[in-house]
Amino acid sequence: MDTGDTAWVLASAALVLLMTPGLALFYGGMVRAKSVLNMMMMSFGALALISVLWVLYGYSMAFGDDIGGGIVGSPFEFFGLRGLLGTSGLDGGFAATSLVFTIPSMAFVSFQAVFAIITVALISGAIADRARFGPWMVFAGVWATVVYFPIAHWVFAFNGAESETGGWIANKLLAIDFAGGTAVHINAGAAGLALAFVLGKRHGFGKEPMRPHNLPLVMIGAGLLWFGWFGFNAGSAISANGQAAEVWVTTMVATGAASLGWLLVEKLRDGHATSLGGASGVVAGLVAITPSCSSVTPLGAIAIGALAGVFCALAVGLKYRFGYDDSLDVVGVHLIGGLWGTLAVGLFASASATADVDGLFYGGGVDQLWRQAVGAFAVLATSFVLTYIIGFAIQQTMGFRIDEEDELTGIDNAEHAESAYDFTSLGGGGVSTSGVRPAAAATAASTQGASA
Amino acid sequence: MRLVTAIVKPFKLDDVKKVLETIGVAGLTVSEVQGYGRQKGHTEVYRGAEYQVDFVPKVRIEVLVDDLDSTRVTDVIVEAARTGSIGDGKVWVTAVEDVVRVRTGERGTDAL
Repeated sequence: MDTGDTAWVLASAALVLLMTPGLALFYGGMVRAKSVLNMMMMSFGALALISVLWVLYGYSMAFGDDIGGGIVGSPFEFFGLRGLLGTSGLDGGFAATSLVFTIPSMAFVSFQAVFAIITVALISGAIADRARFGPWMVFAGVWATVVYFPIAHWVFAFNGAESETGGWIANKLLAIDFAGGTAVHINAGAAGLALAFVLGKRHGFGKEPMRPHNLPLVMIGAGLLWFGWFGFNAGSAISANGQAAEVWVTTMVATGAASLGWLLVEKLRDGHATSLGGASGVVAGLVAITPSCSSVTPLGAIAIGALAGVFCALAVGLKYRFGYDDSLDVVGVHLIGGLWGTLAVGLFASASATADVDGLFYGGGVDQLWRQAVGAFAVLATSFVLTYIIGFAIQQTMGFRIDEEDELTGIDNAEHAESAYDFTSLGGGGVSTSGVRPAAAATAASTQGASA
Repeated sequence: MRLVTAIVKPFKLDDVKKVLETIGVAGLTVSEVQGYGRQKGHTEVYRGAEYQVDFVPKVRIEVLVDDLDSTRVTDVIVEAARTGSIGDGKVWVTAVEDVVRVRTGERGTDAL
């Protein structure tokens, strides 16, 4: 066991955990004022639920011994994390019984847990303003079990790391996905697209502007995502070493370049560089560099980032052309950015980076490119089909979407009996009548007293 | 007595307020409103999508005046609020039956 590596991975896990509240702010600011709480609760609900499922059987499905074909790990091997706890020695010291590379298994459990959480939370942006909270929580649990845990096994479970045999993308296909361009971003993006089809468009989609209600929240959220993403990418080295440092730099520079690319597209196309564009460009760059951060040089990272900003800025317009209401652009940013970043490994990979592979532009031919393409589209298709089936089943049984009246009035009051902002001094804000003003209560009391 | 109501572009509020002060108008009420006139809103581009914005933000100014002052007040408001482009707004005058100053109980023109 290496204490430096362990310290870095534990710190990275905490960084990545903060990304989900960051995402809640990023998404929450983008919706209208009447649905910000529901939007944030979808992320916090995923935090709560997936934490539990991960410990129960999620880690085991992702990193337990492969049941065959590299499809999924055994859910029973590490059920409840059994077999991974350390032992106290005679001197009161502590020894980990199980290691992943140079860190205790429990450190790896914590690091991978927060990946599962944010992947589920990412999907919620595609169905803003209109999904009932209960069915969302059911969806989150079923989706993590049926889609995420197996796909994390495909991509993240290397032979001999936690178990003898791991997933097919990591060990047979040999596609490079350093921190989760496929398992996290393509996966969440394709799932978001499927759910947007299942739930249908919001009332007024394409006619009303539905502009973000609080852009400072969006920018704080994007900042927290960027901050946490250093744990996501550099932590994925599972080591406090030179690779982690190189990845840190590619992550930073690709993100900056992507924000510039997005703003440039907006300035040329719409006439204004918007704050939403700047923040979205940050996320697009982070998504695109996620799979490629270990395999490209800093200059390659700039190219991938800048093009990610351009591609994603153009891709967020697709929903109007094709008529699906991907409300907060999970498809435009995570699916397109994830696809681009994953394929870009096959183009921009340089053997001078730590992954030690040459892509098409560095004389490596198309060998790595086709591996990347197969991995990316396998995850895309699997996630889309399974998510559509899960979403459709929930829609047919529990009902996924809220009533029209509740949607128009605002999902916060309908689903949570709260409103985010109480500005009015003329009685409780919003529709909820639970908050009786002290003055009104006093008046009522004195009236009663007079009549008694 | 008459009530002069003006719907003007928000950035013209200061100009209108100043010119009303110079001609001695003692008080006015301002509110933020939205609406449309003959131009029926406008289109806006955001995040690559074009939207029809039906209601344009405006400011409504209300001034209570003596019968004899209403024409002059109307004229100075119109002059101060005009830019010459679409959406400059409207000013209209309505008859007012009675006015009471709440603090003193004064009625009619004394209350203006």
